[in-house]
Amino acid sequence: MRHLLSAADLDAKEAMRVLDTAAELATLTDRSVKKLPTLRGRTVVNLFFEDSTRTRISFEIAAKRLSADVINFAAKGSSVSKGESLKDTALTLEAMGADAVVIRHPASGAPHRLANAGWIHGSVVNAGDGTHEHPTQALLDAYTLRERLRQGSGDLDGLRVTIVGDVLHSRVARSNVLLLSTLGADVTLVAPPTLLPTGVETWPCTFTYDIDSVLPTSDAVMMLRVQGERMQAAYFPSAREYSRRYGLDRERMGRLPEHAIVMHPGPMNRGMEISADVADDDRSVMVDQVTNGVSVRMAVLYLMLGGSTEGAA
Amino acid sequence: MSGLVLTGVRPLGGDPVDIVMAGDRIVDIVGAGQGSGNGAGSQVLDGTGLVALPGLVDLHTHLREPGREDAETVATGARAAALGGFTAVFAMANTDPVADTAGVVEQVWRLGRESGLVDVHPVGAVTVGLAGSHLAELGAMATSAAQVRVFSDDGKCVWDAALMRRALEYVKAFDGVIAQHAQEPRLTEGAQMNEGVLSGVLGLTGWPAVAEESIIARDVLLAHHVGSRLHVCHVSTAGSVDIIRWAKARGIDVTAEVTPHHLLLTEELVRSYDPVYKVNPPLRRAEDVEALREGLADGTIDIVATDHAPHAHEDKDCEWGAASFGMLGLQTALSVVIDTMVNSGRMDWAAVADRMSVAPARIGRATRHGGSLQGGSIANITLVDPTQMWTVQPTELASKSRNTPYAGMQLPGRVVHVVKDGRPTVIDGAVVLDSAVAGSRS
Amino acid sequence: MDAALTSGDARTVLDENDISRAITRIAHEIVERNKGISDLVLLGIPSRGLPLAARIAAQLERIDGGVVPLGSLDITMYRDDLRLRPARALEPTDIPARGVEGATVVLVDDVLYSGRTIRAALDAVSDFGRPRAIQLAVLVDRGHRELPIRPDFVGKNLPTSTDEKVSVRLREVDGFDGVTIMGGVA
Repeated sequence: MRHLLSAADLDAKEAMRVLDTAAELATLTDRSVKKLPTLRGRTVVNLFFEDSTRTRISFEIAAKRLSADVINFAAKGSSVSKGESLKDTALTLEAMGADAVVIRHPASGAPHRLANAGWIHGSVVNAGDGTHEHPTQALLDAYTLRERLRQGSGDLDGLRVTIVGDVLHSRVARSNVLLLSTLGADVTLVAPPTLLPTGVETWPCTFTYDIDSVLPTSDAVMMLRVQGERMQAAYFPSAREYSRRYGLDRERMGRLPEHAIVMHPGPMNRGMEISADVADDDRSVMVDQVTNGVSVRMAVLYLMLGGSTEGAA
Repeated sequence: MSGLVLTGVRPLGGDPVDIVMAGDRIVDIVGAGQGSGNGAGSQVLDGTGLVALPGLVDLHTHLREPGREDAETVATGARAAALGGFTAVFAMANTDPVADTAGVVEQVWRLGRESGLVDVHPVGAVTVGLAGSHLAELGAMATSAAQVRVFSDDGKCVWDAALMRRALEYVKAFDGVIAQHAQEPRLTEGAQMNEGVLSGVLGLTGWPAVAEESIIARDVLLAHHVGSRLHVCHVSTAGSVDIIRWAKARGIDVTAEVTPHHLLLTEELVRSYDPVYKVNPPLRRAEDVEALREGLADGTIDIVATDHAPHAHEDKDCEWGAASFGMLGLQTALSVVIDTMVNSGRMDWAAVADRMSVAPARIGRATRHGGSLQGGSIANITLVDPTQMWTVQPTELASKSRNTPYAGMQLPGRVVHVVKDGRPTVIDGAVVLDSAVAGSRS
Repeated sequence: MDAALTSGDARTVLDENDISRAITRIAHEIVERNKGISDLVLLGIPSRGLPLAARIAAQLERIDGGVVPLGSLDITMYRDDLRLRPARALEPTDIPARGVEGATVVLVDDVLYSGRTIRAALDAVSDFGRPRAIQLAVLVDRGHRELPIRPDFVGKNLPTSTDEKVSVRLREVDGFDGVTIMGGVA
């Protein structure tokens, strides 16, 4: 694995390799010495052009647990003049000898540019680019589904996963549709027509505008964050109407099968896409998702940097 | 009397002849080999086997001066134009300051005369500052030394229907034409690429075809209603071609242009997120490219216009969302047309002459250009070797900028000689730096 | 690992019975050396160290009557040659609930060669706690140490040359038991 830019970069075999590796690395939390020497001497840079304490810390812990040196670079994309920030920053990182750059950026495709423009030689991990993709989120979601609903091994064949929310603007949705279908899951998207992307009918999933029709047959429901600002651009008329038609509240939760779990990539808009009591229910696995995020990111960094790095595809 | 003779050339691909010139005009067309020896002092250019076309005219070019001389100047743009076979270009008004007064258009016009390589016809803005609210002093620009006849807010759309109506009416007084950049702004807020399946996958905000088509549909009806002529810039969708065809069938006086890149490239290139492919209107689907080729071949689309849009390095060497829209086009235009339209058999040389010289000259009222290759015409001639392949190297282009989407591609057709007003501006693929050329009257 | 066993130039050096006797003897030696089985922890190094450790544990139970805690210790993350090949898949690490603190850890592997695997294993065990002692049991010692590592319990000493290949096959992994040498000058 040279770069991880999109969930489509992984076929089923590679995806399961990441999950299996993550499962082994997850046991690290129970040890007294929560460290492995594997990436000693490697430098991992967290290049975050968008605020995200949670994801950044997750990558930082993952890298440090593998004994890598971590450099955190936080830049507010809006306050730096256009364009200069990414290239100039990349050249600085190259001079620092970064082996891997974990990048989160508001522009879709920024990780692709970083990987292909010839500015740096290291590996690039996409930690979220605009409304395009967030592959490690999809990996930790797949890991969580596997752990909770498939006894922690194998693929997700036949698992029915429903993703609800602003799919149009969601990089989490895009990566999950790609990765979960690669692993054999049946994915259904639920959103109002205005929040589904053009061409969604060509995606490897189904979609519906009616959340209530799919809840009784869902093994897992993933709620996406819906921003209030979308109201201003007329994607939906009001927060009230949105949460009434697409929100997951206690009543809707009651229509899920007994074994079903509720997921959310965070941060949550309690009261909008998910009610507070649902968020705190036993069947909501958001905390597990965060824990699994570290294991999965450790696996990605190990598979990327833990062996020879020349000549990798 | 000294003059210029081109020997062995094939006008519109026909049989070889010699073209004899004196002063700024073609004097005679004689059998090949009979033209030289017409008096001592004649300059003879060997054009054996080359196809002769009337000097190409680009109705849509961005020369960036005044304001962005770091990306291009009138002088460097003129050089690129000449090397591309052009003898006249129309320079769009979205400069800094905007070309919305007689003063600015005369400045651009003068810079063009100083370079002497091509006739630079400044385009005047439709609205003050391109802001879309008040008409600019179109009449003053028309009567200025620049004699502006084409008015455009290109870069932006004249979206206010009432204002567009007034503009269409107003220019009738001086035989002007409004050239519309058709892009409904509310449907394209934050747009980055064509709206379709690919934009959904790539996570880039889409620019839907309907945003172009709805403006064209409105404008052809307005033009019909007020009895004025309309020109549509850079048509990019199959639906737009259909609307223009419909309008022409009803006798509406509308003309349309297509860029070379919309004849060749599709949105698939955007998968790389390389901003060299970022352009407005965006690259579209294969079906759109096919409809545009068909439309150009059957005359629904009247002309090829490059929309040459140079950008400084830092405006393209960044992430997609931060990059500027636009591609170079002057030096590669004829080659792309040969590749997509001539070599595929869709157009013959007469059609190329029409779409790239005669029709644009007519639309822009550039009376010294687009003439037929015969005695009495002004001597603006382009000679091209259509079979010679060349590789596009960004660093070898004459433009100050490097943002060509064809970098590394092999294209057919090399412009060998160019004659403007009876004097050579390009000899054997190189610009002639000659004081006799500079300052020659346009 | 290695290719098929029954090729012409492969010589069997230990058959099923030899292996069985070796394991029995190793188990007795462990009990003798440690004066019983209390505070012992057996850790097999994947992949073939695991079934060997399990067999030794079963023998120890037969000899002594008590159950010795049994686990696995994957050393992939501690190897010193990681950068020479693309990232390897991880094997399971499963330390018994008792942990290694104060225990006598007996590492079990199939072949001892350069000693680098065991060096990595020593680092790995140390990250789990501080054993009282670490001992090493191997089925085959083929010599050519590159580090100062020595085994405590050996099934068979097998002098080899470096261009020979030693293959250990175990019923639990390969369907049958046998140790062969291949290649080299006959």
